[in-house]
Amino acid sequence: MEYEAVIGMEVHVELNTDSKVFCGCSTDFDAPPNTNVCPVCLGMPGVLPVINRMAVEYSVAAGLALGCTISRWSKMDRKNYFYPDLAKNYQISQYDLPLTYDGSLEIEVDGVRKRIGITRAHLEEDTARNTHSLGGGVSGVDFNRSGVALLEIVSEPDIRSAAEAFAYLTALKQILQYLGVSDCNMEEGSLRAEANISLRPVGATEFGTKTEVKNVASFSGTQRAIEYEIARQRAILEEGGAVLQETRGWDADRGVTVSQRSKESAHDYRYFPEPDLVPLAVDEAWEATIRETLPELPQARRDRFMEQYGLPAYDTGVLTADRAMADYFEAVVEAGAEPKQAGNWVMGDLQKLLADGDVPIGECRVEPDGLAAMIGLIDKGVISGKIAKDVLAEMFATGKAPGTVVEQRGLVQISDADELAEVARAVIEANPGPAGDYRGGKKNALGFLVGQMMKATKGKANPKLANELLQHELEKG
Amino acid sequence: MSAESYAWTAHEIRDAVTSGAVSARAVAESYLARIEACDQKVQAYVDVWAESALAQADAVDARLARGEDVGPLAGVPVGLKDLFCTKQGFTTCCSKILKGYRSPFDATVVERLADAGAVFLGKLNMDEFAMGSSTENSAVQVTRNPWNLACVPGGSSGGSAAAVAADECAFALGSDTGGSIRQPAACCGCVGLKPTYGRVSRYGLVAFASSLDQVGPLTKDVEDCALAMNVLSGRDERDSTSADLPVGDFTAALRPDAKGLRIGLPKEYFTDALGADMREKIEAAVSALEGQGAEVVEVSLPHTEYAVAVYYIICTAEASANLARFDGVRYGHRAAAAADVEELYRRTKTEGFGPEVQRRILLGTYVLSSGYYDAYYSKAQRVRSLIRKDFLDAFEQCDVIVGPTSPTPAFRLGEKTADPLEMYLSDIYTISINLAGIPAMSMPCGLTESGLPAGLQIMGKPFDEATILRVGYAYEQNRGLDMGRPAVA
Repeated sequence: MEYEAVIGMEVHVELNTDSKVFCGCSTDFDAPPNTNVCPVCLGMPGVLPVINRMAVEYSVAAGLALGCTISRWSKMDRKNYFYPDLAKNYQISQYDLPLTYDGSLEIEVDGVRKRIGITRAHLEEDTARNTHSLGGGVSGVDFNRSGVALLEIVSEPDIRSAAEAFAYLTALKQILQYLGVSDCNMEEGSLRAEANISLRPVGATEFGTKTEVKNVASFSGTQRAIEYEIARQRAILEEGGAVLQETRGWDADRGVTVSQRSKESAHDYRYFPEPDLVPLAVDEAWEATIRETLPELPQARRDRFMEQYGLPAYDTGVLTADRAMADYFEAVVEAGAEPKQAGNWVMGDLQKLLADGDVPIGECRVEPDGLAAMIGLIDKGVISGKIAKDVLAEMFATGKAPGTVVEQRGLVQISDADELAEVARAVIEANPGPAGDYRGGKKNALGFLVGQMMKATKGKANPKLANELLQHELEKG
Repeated sequence: MSAESYAWTAHEIRDAVTSGAVSARAVAESYLARIEACDQKVQAYVDVWAESALAQADAVDARLARGEDVGPLAGVPVGLKDLFCTKQGFTTCCSKILKGYRSPFDATVVERLADAGAVFLGKLNMDEFAMGSSTENSAVQVTRNPWNLACVPGGSSGGSAAAVAADECAFALGSDTGGSIRQPAACCGCVGLKPTYGRVSRYGLVAFASSLDQVGPLTKDVEDCALAMNVLSGRDERDSTSADLPVGDFTAALRPDAKGLRIGLPKEYFTDALGADMREKIEAAVSALEGQGAEVVEVSLPHTEYAVAVYYIICTAEASANLARFDGVRYGHRAAAAADVEELYRRTKTEGFGPEVQRRILLGTYVLSSGYYDAYYSKAQRVRSLIRKDFLDAFEQCDVIVGPTSPTPAFRLGEKTADPLEMYLSDIYTISINLAGIPAMSMPCGLTESGLPAGLQIMGKPFDEATILRVGYAYEQNRGLDMGRPAVA
């Protein structure tokens, strides 16, 4: 029997507000343990939460970007369970009235576009972090992360493959990063993804029994975990067995999912409305104010890049993958560079320099107008495209302007015909074999001779002129 | 005025201290001596802060000497129920689970009292985590009623009420979730006000049931109650449920007559459940108010009979979550040598919480459980809105509603400890008010045949404490009875 996978994703992202969601503590949870804490996020007796307005606005912005409806009236709820990383032994979350709901996200796999429904995106608080590596049989709890604002984004079970799940996560991360509401760094834990996976015979409308896969540390890990889980469930079903509803953890080292908790021992969270907070009322005016702050989103930007700059689809995809990258590209064009050239330099050499040096584009020492100026030098024939690569590398390393680099290193292209003609004659004289070949009709011997000219001029010869002069000298004599 | 300043009211002390007639230190010394003389018998205090009280009094005197503003409670000695967070001393809620716990911050109301020039005498006994109606659920000690030491002071703010009644403080702070200020105030013959939900900040009040808890004063007279409310009331950015409404001057609203006021008598409060003796006292008080120009109308609160059931679902549900944090991980009692975290939780809570607290946590956990939520919690919330609507409808016909605070006067120690349900019925007249979120005040209206105080309850419209205080003041000025003070020492 043919089976199809039915996958829904639950993604938690930490909102990058300066302070925590219910107290004024800093959200820098990499500070020394238990230094960004106060009575509120430690759950001391007598404290009360006060909601962070910025966290609400970030959540609404994310909801709007995902095409969600914004609740005019929502509330926070208490989710009750006991664990040492949960200061109050309840988490303030949202149960039946989420801040935003009913949206969708477009993904693309192998050139096919598809919309994945977003059930809801709701606001809640993060937990502390337990450590069991202190030794001496002692476990520690670091409450720096306790109370950091989290947005939980729940998708509809519209995903059908591990590749689609990967594309969903990538598109979601891209949107949230465009909004600037989260760093979405899965390795650092600011984005956590769980997948609910079940299989059913192709054509069936009912869902099969699902498992929930947790503990994945990367997008590619998620893809592998889902692939594994689909195969595991298929094998069970093909043998006539039944999938057990349970939570399974991804063991990246072994490449398998492992049972963690069965449905029988699942929590009864005993949700009820949080009485310490008043209902959240986001009226039309507030929603409109937040909507005005939304940047152009990735899909719209891709479409515009194609239309406005005449760029191919592939280029627009690469250039808009990251908002800062797209902003940078547009700044280069704004500074006077021709779009296709600008795109090639940004996607090519610059991207490689950034990746090799592990430098975020925001910290790039090549300013957009510097790159535009460098492209201008190529256009004016001052430097060759080949020399420009070296110029860019130096600009990247030192932050110098392209004109300065060219001047200091004497990289100005030689376009003096008399000077180059002399070099051409010397090259012909030194290479009688290839020169004879050319004269004998093997026109492609010219390439070798041009190369020799470039070598003799340390790459500074104007290649077009060098070509012409060589031909002239060869045909003359 | 008595020579002993411990017998004075807060406004008398404030006036005497501010005018220089007496020093704040002398007042503090008088109260500390009074505590020394009486508290062995009454057992109201769980912690007395003699040294710091004198230092605070000296600071008030020093400010006066420099001609500085000393605040509306200059030199007034105050006692605090042991569930207000204080940096000073311990904050234990009279529970073993918080034995030795020190709060890193002061409750907003404690800050406000300090800023107003109050002098803190110490922490007062209570039912553990404010769960009870007799203060017998304290893990620390048994407080006795100053009017009759064989009787309970009521609860849960029994230490606060007993201390005020025995002149062991000028006034005390209490908290009221289902009657915990008003019922002990009635039992001990003092004035106790539960403000409108949201009128006073709850920041630093250790939570029992968050949607019901309110902070309020227990005082010797109505004017002191108004004075304390001036200081306590108002928006606090740290409490999202505190109301951003103007507070005004409650003392300015006090007038010695009830002209033009309509008083509603709820027929559901005058049934056989109300003792004949108690009923007589309430009716006499209503007559006295009529004599002061008030008009009396009958009103109905038809959902009254459901209040106890609704209350014990909602308050226990919220308590089950509020008390979850006491787990032995970060502070408070921690069971020794637990094998794993689950055993740590189980043993810490079993050892740390008393039987009534455990009972309510279990009840609350049950009513919120999967499959029961709709039948209990959700339905209780719907009935709760009907109870609130009852009051709002009744207030279409009257300015205040008047009735008894409790069905009987203070009962004897141990009389109801074996039967929790019997104990819960002590609060039948008070819990509806918390469910409705409206303000209500209890004040003494004479002594019953047993020589114990009877309590008159005056209920008001949301955020209209001023009218309650005005009616109470009119009655107090004209009630024509001298209850005297209990003879403790």
